[in-house]
Amino acid sequence: MIGFYTVMEGVIAFFLIAGGAFAFIGALGLTHLRDFYMRLHGPTKTTTLGVGCVLIAAMSYFSLLHGGVSFQEMLITIFLFITAPVSAHLLAKSALHQKLPRDPRTEDDIEELREDDDEEETSGERRS
Amino acid sequence: MIPVQPWLPMPLLSVLLLAVWLMLQQSVALGQVLLGTLLAIVIPLVTRHFWEPQPTIKRPWLLVRYVLRVLGDIIVANLEVSKLILDPRGRMKPAFIEYPLELEELFPITILASTITLTPGTVSANLRQDRRTLLIHALNTDDIPATIDTIRERYERPLKEIFGC
Repeated sequence: MIGFYTVMEGVIAFFLIAGGAFAFIGALGLTHLRDFYMRLHGPTKTTTLGVGCVLIAAMSYFSLLHGGVSFQEMLITIFLFITAPVSAHLLAKSALHQKLPRDPRTEDDIEELREDDDEEETSGERRS
Repeated sequence: MIPVQPWLPMPLLSVLLLAVWLMLQQSVALGQVLLGTLLAIVIPLVTRHFWEPQPTIKRPWLLVRYVLRVLGDIIVANLEVSKLILDPRGRMKPAFIEYPLELEELFPITILASTITLTPGTVSANLRQDRRTLLIHALNTDDIPATIDTIRERYERPLKEIFGC
């Protein structure tokens, strides 16, 4: 007969491993992907879910240990989901501003990345 | 709804601050409630000049559905991006997409941009100054119009309904 706590232990272990795996894949993405813009995808997605999984595990563990629901982990998750896209957006924006090199396969026919000198000046002014 | 008072410029923000404070303290003791209430009144008063008036949420239930949908999509997004990262052949077709916005207010646009960043294969990169175009970087896309359609149907339309604009 498998007890409730054994099952919960399994669930918590599953979330910890899944979280670790996602965080690892996110880090791997940082080394493997070709250009700055593609590398942005790693931390914004996989790492968010990785931390999310670890926090779910922490939440269930401490809820079981102390009884009641522990909210702090949920707050961390919410704050993370609010801040991660904003920092990614700002990173991408500054990368566009500096016209960082792209992977050659990228379709980049957009006004932010055109190379004409005078347009660069005006678009720089507009964005700043 | 709590009416707006001179000393209470943003009731919803105040309620949210109090709730977050109590959750962080993990207690509903009288002292914490008083301190939280004080903070919930003082912080909006001090910061009110930084806030632009934003459209209010007209249909909260749709918002709940939207949040659940986004949470599901985050998991799908993670699996997809993980697959792309782990794929040893590295077949990727990254692209910049110019997404024409239908939303006009800043707050819904912010939510849309954050959603785009958290969901499958896309990062929002730049909101042009005229607020009509959002620049998106996609990790792997074959069909740019299809991607735009998906975002429009899945995220932007529901947001328009939620904020009733």
